Amino acid sequence: MNSRIPLTFLLVLFLLPSIKLYSQSILPQGFIPGEVHGNFQSDLQYYNSDTSIGAPEVPEKVLMRGFANINYTLGNFSAGLRYESYLATLQGFDSRYDGNAIPYRYATYQNEKLNVTVGSFYEQFGNGLIFRSYEQWGLGYDNAMDGIRLKYEPLKGVYLKGVIGKLRKFMGSGPGVVRGLDLEFSLADMFDSLFNKTNIIIGGGMISKYQSDQNSTYNLPENVAAFAGRLNIISGKFNIGAEYAYKINDPSAANSYIYKDGESFLFTASYSTKGLGILLTAKRVDNMDFRSDRAAAGSELNINYIPAITKVHTYSLAAYYPYATQPLGEMGLQGDIIYKIKKGSPLGGKYGTSILVNYSTVFGIKRTAVNDTTAIGESGTLGYKSNFFDIGDTKYFEDLNINISRKFSKKFKAAVSFMYFEYNKDVIQGFGNQYGTIYGNVAVADLTFKLKPKNTIRVELQNLYTKQDDGSWGMMLVEYTIAPHWFVAAFDEYNYGNKKSNKRFHYFTAQVGYKNKGNTFTLGYGRQRAGIFCVGGVCRNVPASNGVTLAITSSF
Amino acid sequence: MRFKADLLFSTIHIMKKAGLIALAIFVFGYAYSQSSVRKIPSVNVKTLDGRTVNTSGISNGGKPIIISFWATWCKPCIRELDAIADVYEDWVEETGVQLIAVSIDDTRNTAKVAPFINGKGWEYKTLLDPNGDFKRALGVNMVPHTFLVNGKKEIVWQHTTYADGDEDVLYELLVKVAKGESIK
Repeated sequence: MNSRIPLTFLLVLFLLPSIKLYSQSILPQGFIPGEVHGNFQSDLQYYNSDTSIGAPEVPEKVLMRGFANINYTLGNFSAGLRYESYLATLQGFDSRYDGNAIPYRYATYQNEKLNVTVGSFYEQFGNGLIFRSYEQWGLGYDNAMDGIRLKYEPLKGVYLKGVIGKLRKFMGSGPGVVRGLDLEFSLADMFDSLFNKTNIIIGGGMISKYQSDQNSTYNLPENVAAFAGRLNIISGKFNIGAEYAYKINDPSAANSYIYKDGESFLFTASYSTKGLGILLTAKRVDNMDFRSDRAAAGSELNINYIPAITKVHTYSLAAYYPYATQPLGEMGLQGDIIYKIKKGSPLGGKYGTSILVNYSTVFGIKRTAVNDTTAIGESGTLGYKSNFFDIGDTKYFEDLNINISRKFSKKFKAAVSFMYFEYNKDVIQGFGNQYGTIYGNVAVADLTFKLKPKNTIRVELQNLYTKQDDGSWGMMLVEYTIAPHWFVAAFDEYNYGNKKSNKRFHYFTAQVGYKNKGNTFTLGYGRQRAGIFCVGGVCRNVPASNGVTLAITSSF
Repeated sequence: MRFKADLLFSTIHIMKKAGLIALAIFVFGYAYSQSSVRKIPSVNVKTLDGRTVNTSGISNGGKPIIISFWATWCKPCIRELDAIADVYEDWVEETGVQLIAVSIDDTRNTAKVAPFINGKGWEYKTLLDPNGDFKRALGVNMVPHTFLVNGKKEIVWQHTTYADGDEDVLYELLVKVAKGESIK
């Protein structure tokens, strides 16, 4: 019976335009009170087996993952659901999603002061150091809460949030119950006249999880609490923010069942004025893996979110070695300068020139033994000691990059990027001691030629130079767009520097896309290399594949 | 006839599946959304100076509004906002439009938004939507996603992704909307 569903799904998809016409003739405006809106996405892939690049034979040949959100709003009331379909899910996503379900549904009532949601919701406290539930479709990541949320604004500028629920795990939910409270004061909103030039935001939250202890070896805490406090001062061109979080001992599979408390600190300071922005970020994380199931692995059932403080690269070869936060322990620094050389100046040219410089470095934390008889990180002990300011000896990541972009004329724009990086593959990808650190350089040229007002050719030339791992890569992309509806693109990634000469493959892909208003259709054919793909800074591993892809998105 | 009976039977059988009910709602929702007036939904977002504002209060004194969803890591978004920045002064002068750049950056990059906007020299009003509430309420799948709102605060047009020249199409529509013409 299941096999009929995707067929129906596709049928409906292709009938949508006619339904639109039909509805306009039979449904008068305002036929139903309220508004119905939503969106839809379907990613479908036909797989060829291509053993040379490691693309396996896929028995189903065609795999598909898709969803549709429907939201209904009437005055202060809204409700909605998300239907999700994985038949079966694409290669590289967790197969525990397979099937059809409505894992997300909610109803909300809100007025000026109060907002009550029952069902599924996404929420975060502060920066998320103790609590954040969110979703990233592109990564197959979704830890939505299922329960009740209350948001209340008793006075202007005072925000209270209360949550209780279970976190989503694939098509169901995890065993632990998560509950918490957060309170925030925004002084500029509270005392308009006193704080009209400077805003001070003070906030604090608490999260507690409950999971029963059924472990025969250890006596485990069933209730684990975490606390966080934050302060943000915004005055004119300056913005300074800090958040500190503390977690009570929480032995889990992720931290090898140690009884050490956890802590985390995030600091940001920025100065910006027209044409110049400067940002400094610092972070320390120590034993802050926090999940609603102590046996959870991978990216399941995370209660909190610890942002990586490294740049999110989007050119494919610059993004080849992306950093991922190490919640068990890391210390890092990041600096950003964003500068615009004025238009009309000798250096800036007719339209001005934009310069982005970014540097980040991440180390482990220094760990020392709790006593002479206990090994560092030994299960069932306090694990280790670590001073707040002590940096570890192992470098996890470093990245220095610069991007310069300039519009030369109405017909020609160019951007160039350079990047130096160090990437500790063993630590970041959890390999133990196999690969060591990869050192490399990336250069990118991104050239845009406007042939006619709506016809444009864009060319990307990229090179990743490294002696380690799979060696160097080259990449070329040519994209032709006809605004506002069409695009065609072809790109090739070539692993010319692979030490094994029989592994020097080309990964060629061609795509054609059509978009109209809120709808896009993209059809592609080619090879995709294995690698880590990231959206908004969260990453997943994708195996190599060869085949036809079809992606449809719609917003209505 | 045999075929039809089978089809009917299997259709009824499938309809028992929750999935199909959702599908029916989806189709109906889609159809309905195409024929109704759409207002800016009501959710809380933050301004760059840390104040909380409700999106239903977004207003431009009867002039059109462009709501553009973007992120600091999104190259096409930046290309689009750069392209509009070159002509934004003229657009404002001719149509009174206000562009609101809604950043969907999460807390990894929210602190970068103000330095980025300033460093780019953009004159847009900026809102932060780190929890994705506004994004979900408007059905945004991915960025860039741009909405055109008329003087009566009704969403009259949208487009996703960016190709060079898309800003010219947006401008043509904007001029019509500013005159109070329908662009359906």
